[in-house]
Amino acid sequence: MRRIVGLALVWFMVWVVTGGWAAEAHTGASPPMQLEQALKDLSSEEETTRDLAIHALIEQGDSTWLPRLDALRANADRSLRMAIKPVADAWKHRANLTSPDADTRRSAATDLGTSGRTVAIPWLEAATATESHRWVRYAMEESIQLLKLASDDPVVKAQAAAKLGELRSQNAVPALKTLAQGAGEPNSSEDQNHVARVAAVAIDQIETWNVWSTAIETLFRGLSLSSILLIMSVGLAIVFGLMGVINMAHGELMMIGAYATFVMQECFKLYVRPDWFDAYYLAALPAAFLAAALFGLVLEATVIRFLYGRPLETMLATWGVSLILIQGARIYFGDLTAVAAPTWLNGGTQVMVGVFLPFNRLFIIGLSILCVTGIYLLLFRSSVGLRVRAVTQNRNMSACLGIPTRKVDAYTFAFGSGLAGIAGWALTLVGNVEPGLGQNYIVDSFMVVVTGGVGKLAGTIIASLGIGGLNKLMEPSFGAVYAKVLILVLVILFLQRRPSGLFSVKGRHAEG
Amino acid sequence: MAESLAPRLNAERNEGPVFWVVGFVLLFVLPVLNVLPAEDSWLHVSDFALNRFGKFLAFAILALGLDLIWGYAGILSLGQGVFFGLGAYCMGMHLMLAIGSEGVYGSALPDFMVWNQVTALPFFWEPFHSFTAAILAGLLVPAGFALLFGFLAFRSRIRGVYFAIITQALALMAWLIFNRNETNLGGTNGLTDFKTILGFRLSEPGTQFALYVITVLCLGGAYLLCRWIITSRAGRVLIAIRDSEQRVLFSGYSPANYKLFVFVISAALAGLAGMLYVPQVGIITPAQMGVLPSLEMVVWVAVGGRATLVGAIVGAVGVNLGRSILTNHFPELWPFFLGGLFVVVVLLFPDGVMGLTRTVSEKIAKRNVRLSKTPAVEEEQA
Amino acid sequence: MTSPKPQSTDQEISTSRVEGLPSRRDFLLQSSRTAAGIGVAALLGNLGHWALSYGADKEPIKVGVLHSLSGTMAISEVSLKDVVSMAVEEINVKGGLLGRPLKLVIVDPASNWDLFAEKAKQLLVQDKVAVVFGCWTSVSRKSVLPVFEKNNGLLFYPVQYEGEECSRNVFYTGAAVNQQAVPAVEYLMSKEGGGLKKFYLLGTDYVYPRTTNKILRAMLLAKKVPAANIMEEYTPFHHQDYQTIVGKIKKFAAGGGACVISTINGDSNVPFYKEFANQGLRAEDAPIMAFSVAEDELRGMDKTALVGHLAAWNYYQSVDTPQNKQFVANFKAYCKKHNLPDGDKRVTDDPIEAAYFGVHVWKQAAEKAGSIEVDAVRKAIYGQKFLAPGGEIMMDVANHHTNKPVLIGEILKDGQFKVVWRSKGLVKPEPWSEYTNPEKGCDWVTHQGTYKKA
Repeated sequence: MRRIVGLALVWFMVWVVTGGWAAEAHTGASPPMQLEQALKDLSSEEETTRDLAIHALIEQGDSTWLPRLDALRANADRSLRMAIKPVADAWKHRANLTSPDADTRRSAATDLGTSGRTVAIPWLEAATATESHRWVRYAMEESIQLLKLASDDPVVKAQAAAKLGELRSQNAVPALKTLAQGAGEPNSSEDQNHVARVAAVAIDQIETWNVWSTAIETLFRGLSLSSILLIMSVGLAIVFGLMGVINMAHGELMMIGAYATFVMQECFKLYVRPDWFDAYYLAALPAAFLAAALFGLVLEATVIRFLYGRPLETMLATWGVSLILIQGARIYFGDLTAVAAPTWLNGGTQVMVGVFLPFNRLFIIGLSILCVTGIYLLLFRSSVGLRVRAVTQNRNMSACLGIPTRKVDAYTFAFGSGLAGIAGWALTLVGNVEPGLGQNYIVDSFMVVVTGGVGKLAGTIIASLGIGGLNKLMEPSFGAVYAKVLILVLVILFLQRRPSGLFSVKGRHAEG
Repeated sequence: MAESLAPRLNAERNEGPVFWVVGFVLLFVLPVLNVLPAEDSWLHVSDFALNRFGKFLAFAILALGLDLIWGYAGILSLGQGVFFGLGAYCMGMHLMLAIGSEGVYGSALPDFMVWNQVTALPFFWEPFHSFTAAILAGLLVPAGFALLFGFLAFRSRIRGVYFAIITQALALMAWLIFNRNETNLGGTNGLTDFKTILGFRLSEPGTQFALYVITVLCLGGAYLLCRWIITSRAGRVLIAIRDSEQRVLFSGYSPANYKLFVFVISAALAGLAGMLYVPQVGIITPAQMGVLPSLEMVVWVAVGGRATLVGAIVGAVGVNLGRSILTNHFPELWPFFLGGLFVVVVLLFPDGVMGLTRTVSEKIAKRNVRLSKTPAVEEEQA
Repeated sequence: MTSPKPQSTDQEISTSRVEGLPSRRDFLLQSSRTAAGIGVAALLGNLGHWALSYGADKEPIKVGVLHSLSGTMAISEVSLKDVVSMAVEEINVKGGLLGRPLKLVIVDPASNWDLFAEKAKQLLVQDKVAVVFGCWTSVSRKSVLPVFEKNNGLLFYPVQYEGEECSRNVFYTGAAVNQQAVPAVEYLMSKEGGGLKKFYLLGTDYVYPRTTNKILRAMLLAKKVPAANIMEEYTPFHHQDYQTIVGKIKKFAAGGGACVISTINGDSNVPFYKEFANQGLRAEDAPIMAFSVAEDELRGMDKTALVGHLAAWNYYQSVDTPQNKQFVANFKAYCKKHNLPDGDKRVTDDPIEAAYFGVHVWKQAAEKAGSIEVDAVRKAIYGQKFLAPGGEIMMDVANHHTNKPVLIGEILKDGQFKVVWRSKGLVKPEPWSEYTNPEKGCDWVTHQGTYKKA
């Protein structure tokens, strides 16, 4: 192993020393001739010859020569393959700079920036001139400056360092740090010291920016986790408020929603044109809702209705149901499965330097807002909602007034289950579809319901924001496990002050 | 939160003779069958079977404690595995230190510390060199933890579903913490590879035999303790709390103190069970104290029959035996069986096996002797 | 597979017990139900096993399989049970071992660590099996280890593991750390692998990742990688939310030359890879080198986020040898024939191959020894060679591990791997890493297991 590292070092030194005059050495011959020669030289035993050839090829060839390389590669030994790779990469990246796809252009620009090959500077500059996409242009500029930073000319170096500071380039930090350290050394020249000072300023700029972007990202992560918790617990909370029942199979209803999505995906694979494939995800929404709601209806009719007024027994019975569902799913669907998120939910968007927001998380945040709004309208702006609220507040009185409380219970339970299905549908975007899906988050969502209190939508919202937000706030410093543990301690302490959650119904009724 | 459980103080009648018969079977018949008959006789109880049964009986001690709080005081704890685990870890830590330098690495430190690059024994391990200290810790640590947790919970009147959820979160938390390696408790692998207890080799059948006998005696002791508690005045207050905490409160009692007392006792019993479990099974891992095992413990009590002490024992032994056998023959069906058991018991036989047998026996008695209905039956039909 | 349990006798026992009790009515009722619940139960379980062992023919050789068939580990372990059954069937078709057929005794420890110990005890003490193939997680192996050592059993363990173990009663057919993790990191540091300089060691919090990373860290430091360029982080089992960690990786990888060494287990992988891709990180920015992601896990996953990342194993389904083609075809056919889930869509992977050749190695050794007696077989296994699907392997001459090739593969869209690097010849296993325990060795021929090197 040490030998390999040593060889790499030697290679690097040779490359640095020979790099400068390599281009001139071959200017005599016409380009195609020269490239032919270089292609031959790639297979040379001599390492310096090989490196010269690589350099010449990168500088003068272009991606039209790729087929030649591939032909060479077909029966190449290891050293030849390793010689071919940087050439092919450079050509590909160069060609990709003008690709119609923004992500490809951006990847190419970033890779050229880290490749350390200064020949790419003019390519990147040419591409920057015509680039319209903001973040691709940013990547190109960053790469140009990164390459310039490796220049021998201290003036160029200092300019590049200053520019990188302005760009807030995270990628430049390691290189800048090396430059900034150069200042302290005894035999450093005035030029070096100047560059070092500029680099130090640039690092400062970048790191100040970093603090802010990290804060924004943390906030976003907290929001994202909160929205997942919210979407999971809102159905649970409605049912808990109405019937005083904690449905331990709620997680498995989510699992049903997720599997409904999975089944829908498989159906689309089999029966629908491939270019419509992405639509499966939208088609799966009603499927997930209905499958879970239907199951909730059955669960209510066969188990829960017989256990009214016995909340602890209900918990236990629904837990039994959840065990059966998990094992059923394990036997029927077998292994770890997952759905492919539709292409429009892959990747993310950059909102500012260093802050990148994934689409799937944005989608879930949007979905949870939509769900809560929908529930609000349903509960507080419709006659059905009026009945549900009436039963929640006073079951006996509502029954006296002619509200069919049993029916309200059944439908509300089914609705809450349907919401679990939607949560499962959304969760497929961030995780697996597997039998244990519901178990992963379920205790957290119980905590949300307990903290939020009975029968108030606002309680659930605030509780999930609090728990999700705190979790992400503490995670960077405490780690995932202790963040969770601390949250639990906080919840227990919180319940000291408000034993029945944030918003509790006042008066005798609250004692159940 | 009124539990629709009929008060059935009369259920404990006639348990005296049963206690002695069962005790006799467990303490004398099984051991004798282990020692006397030839190995291939069907009457022979193998060392393996006796050892396994000892494990079930350790679980039964825990079930007694759980029954005490759930069946009699109406507090559903879904975190009983935590107390079990605390007790088990206390004993495990002592056994770990008793290995001495016999381990894989030949170090005086437990093996997992060596590969974790811990060079000195953490301070909280020190007391566990002493067996007495380990036993005391095995009872006091779970009890103390229950005292603190219960004090916070009961003082602010967290109960019913809220209490169940909080204790479940507690189980999750304990599982997470004990799984961490930097807590120096062995991480996921837990504590294992024990060699000796008080100088006796754990691999000797004789040691296991003695452990079995000790487990039976502890179970007997735990049973008598629980019985004493529920027949005392405090026990009646507990049952009253279960049936209506409001009224108890208005009668001038402080339900919180009674609940706390019984919660602490049940935690200590769980710790005792854990301590007996470890040397017999030879391993304790965080997996044994998580959310699922804690819920399973509730199943034992529910299946056996709440609010009957014998029920808790029958449930713990029965469910575990069923698991042992079913996982041999129908591995995929065990979760169905367990889940189904739960739904069916809660829905159809809320009083578990004991309730079922009582109903049946009372029906038979009614038919034969034409006795008048007992109050218990009336309650059940209501 | 399942053994008949005499149900009729259950009935007899419980009635006879009841009759034997005193006649006072309520006492009888009370006692009978309690006794039926406890006392008889013990006898019954006992009787069942007695009947089993008595009824068993003396002819076949019993072979134990100790893999979780239910619970969380079933996902991985069921395939191993299947392939062991297939290997046993192959042997039986060819006339068995020493003229006797093999008979499988399959038990289910249900992903429960203490049940592993109980079931191991049962296999060795009650069923008296000649050999056991089983375990996946390190904790399950640690839990059965004392049982095997006490009863002098023989366990074949087919999964890559953390090393630092040298048991007389276990043969390790999976990779030791120096046969998987160490070469993988060396590859990443090499020019061919990208000459990477920064390493983010990310794992699930249990013994395998911890020990592997301990060795890797020692190795990286020995190779003069500055400590600031090594990050180490652990998440609990079933961790789902990788937002914060991927954010950290992103910062860490800025400037290039970084990679992630992943020992993340099971269901946490998909959330991690998805988050990785969605936060805009690519395999070019920081390749993820995984030690626990194989074809079988990839089978059902959404692979889009994983393509281009790396894994290190000793075998891939895509290995191009005639015996591997045959093996893959046989396994698919076997699964289809026995109506196992997914039938011929099943794939093979490293642990499956290791479990498979383990059975054959044991058989060869027993034939060589002319006996199934543990100590004889054990000695015959040393130096045993077998043409495994991935190429010829050799059991080590002394240390109970396996000499295997190391292959680094790139994940493809279809869940298969393209081999990008292959070790020259077989890599000798080192249960004690040269980086963390240079003074220790494992040898059961000239030493008694772990010994101090001179």
